[in-house]
Amino acid sequence: MAQTVVSLRGVSKRYTRGRQTIEVLHNLDLDIDKGDFLALMGPSGSGKTTLLNLIGGLDRPSAGELRVGDARLDQMSSAQLTRWRAQHVGFVFQFYNLLPVLSAERNVELPLLLTPLSAAERMKRVRIALQIVGLADRGKHKPAELSGGQAQRVAIARAIVADPTLLVCDEPTGDLDRKTADEVLGLLQLLNREHGKTIVMVTHDPKAAEFATHTLHLDKGRLVEQAAHA
Amino acid sequence: MRYLPLIWATLWRRPPRTLFTMLSIAVAFLLYALLTAVNAAFNTGIEVAGADRLVTTGRYSLTQVLPAGHIQKIQSLPGVALVAGQSWFGGYYQKESNFFPQFPTQIEPYLAMYPEIVLPEDQKQAMLRTRTGAIIAKTLADRYGFSIGDRIPIIAGIWPLADGSNNWEFDLVGIFDTKNPKDRSIYEMMLFHHEYFDEARQFGKGTVGWMVVKTRDPAQNETVIQQIDALFANSPHETRTQTEKAFNQAFIKQMGDIGLIMSSIIGAVFFTLLFLTGNTMMQSVRERIPELAVLKTLGYSDGGVLALVLAESLALCLLAALSGLALAAVLLPGIAAKLPGFSGLALTPGAFAGAVAIAVLLALVVGLIPALRAMRLQIVDALAAR
Ligand SMILES: Nc1ncnc2c1ncn2[C@@H]1O[C@H](COP(=O)(O)OP(=O)(O)OP(=O)(O)O)[C@@H](O)[C@H]1O
Ligand SMILES: [Mg+2]
Repeated sequence: MAQTVVSLRGVSKRYTRGRQTIEVLHNLDLDIDKGDFLALMGPSGSGKTTLLNLIGGLDRPSAGELRVGDARLDQMSSAQLTRWRAQHVGFVFQFYNLLPVLSAERNVELPLLLTPLSAAERMKRVRIALQIVGLADRGKHKPAELSGGQAQRVAIARAIVADPTLLVCDEPTGDLDRKTADEVLGLLQLLNREHGKTIVMVTHDPKAAEFATHTLHLDKGRLVEQAAHA
Repeated sequence: MRYLPLIWATLWRRPPRTLFTMLSIAVAFLLYALLTAVNAAFNTGIEVAGADRLVTTGRYSLTQVLPAGHIQKIQSLPGVALVAGQSWFGGYYQKESNFFPQFPTQIEPYLAMYPEIVLPEDQKQAMLRTRTGAIIAKTLADRYGFSIGDRIPIIAGIWPLADGSNNWEFDLVGIFDTKNPKDRSIYEMMLFHHEYFDEARQFGKGTVGWMVVKTRDPAQNETVIQQIDALFANSPHETRTQTEKAFNQAFIKQMGDIGLIMSSIIGAVFFTLLFLTGNTMMQSVRERIPELAVLKTLGYSDGGVLALVLAESLALCLLAALSGLALAAVLLPGIAAKLPGFSGLALTPGAFAGAVAIAVLLALVVGLIPALRAMRLQIVDALAAR
């Protein structure tokens, strides 16, 4: 029996804009097992990013129970969530979100600055992370000197450098061409298979979803179907 | 320390903007250092004033001359130890830009009253023997290349000779220094005999500009002041006597309240700087809202992000301020060498500490609002560019 890493019970998310309240996620139940590579699909505005932000501890549910690992995210304060994120989750975004003024190495090092590791230990881990994503020779380059695919791989190195169990990726290939996208997806697959990372990935691209072990569809804030691959 | 590369890289995000801002801050601090040094030079006059010295001037103005006969009358008061008359000569050497103060006075009592002036005994004796003799501060002798035995031509600004000529000549017989090198700028002057001056000048004979009085005991100052002014009350030449300290203070006040003018200039400069630097910091934070959101996503706390922005502001202001102060430290000795009366001009540790405190305050004031904005940033909204 697989171990459950992420578990949602009756999770809802509402936003209040002025006098109007909109419910973006309705009473979701979801379990994600350790070692899963879950693709989350659905039309624009269906709540994919909102769900991902909840799982990644960037936001808190309006109702329901949200457990990731041993942590009850729905009961944590925003300061507790911040500390939890630093240790347990890596983020990959559509537009890479690297700091343009820092070299690839320094970007990857950012999460490690929050740990007690020494400068030498930090650099060692940065090198390993860059090696895993195949960019060991680009450490000194600034983001502007990298291609889109390379920048996204640096972002993935930054997401894994502190060795989180969970990776959340919001349209990580949304800005890449087919070939580069496939390389990045292959890398995520490798991290999932070889390094045991649990991955939740939002995508619009059915081909991208094929790299995942499971696919879930979200429509107007409800989960509609679950398909297993592989 | 581990955040230094991040802060440094962020600081230079837009190099022209950072350079321009730093240049403005550096110039402001250069100005601050120069004006503070000048202000301090003015105020040393007050600090070195002798506790037992009084200055007697005309009752209504410093430019009102007094009969030289006042000297004897004051001297006869029981609380008075010494009296010397002095006048403002107002001449220059060769050209007007070579101006420095010259005073005719009674050399013997004057030197006795000013123990901080150090003149070798043999030179003092030579001075007392030489009717046309003069003694000069070492800093001035060095600047103009004077040595003992030189005949020094001084062109009079106020007092012509009896024949109408302005070309006075003095025999340099002594070069003095001050006990404390710090006081050099106060006694940067030339002294010669009142007797010679009074005989040779065309008009104004039998008068002095003011008198310096040494009391037997500083505790008696107030009594002696009243006695002196009472001596001449209701005469055509009424006097006003003050302690040397009060006199120096009043003199500086008359020259325009330099301290106030300088504070106003510095205040205006820093007020402008507040907006300029504040704007730079605001822009810098506004531009990288998404980047700050990413840092928070990675687990940087609200307080951490606040500290990063404040650190950036501190780095900007301190670095620029220190460059301005360093430039001032390099320039001040050169300025001091060109300005008579300001040979002590320097960046003092006190002025330096004050400047650093101002820089820190500036950094905190201009950094606080952007730092709070960065701190309050909501990740989810910032990432969605909402
Ligand atoms: N902070 C917020 N305040 C108000 N409304 C919000 C907020 N965040 C999300 N929404 C709304 O919730 C709905 C779902 O948004 P979400 O970003 O999760 O959609 P998505 O499935 O990721 O869409 P896309 O595919 O376009 O990225 C949208 O209608 C959006 O406008
Ligand atoms: Mg989305």
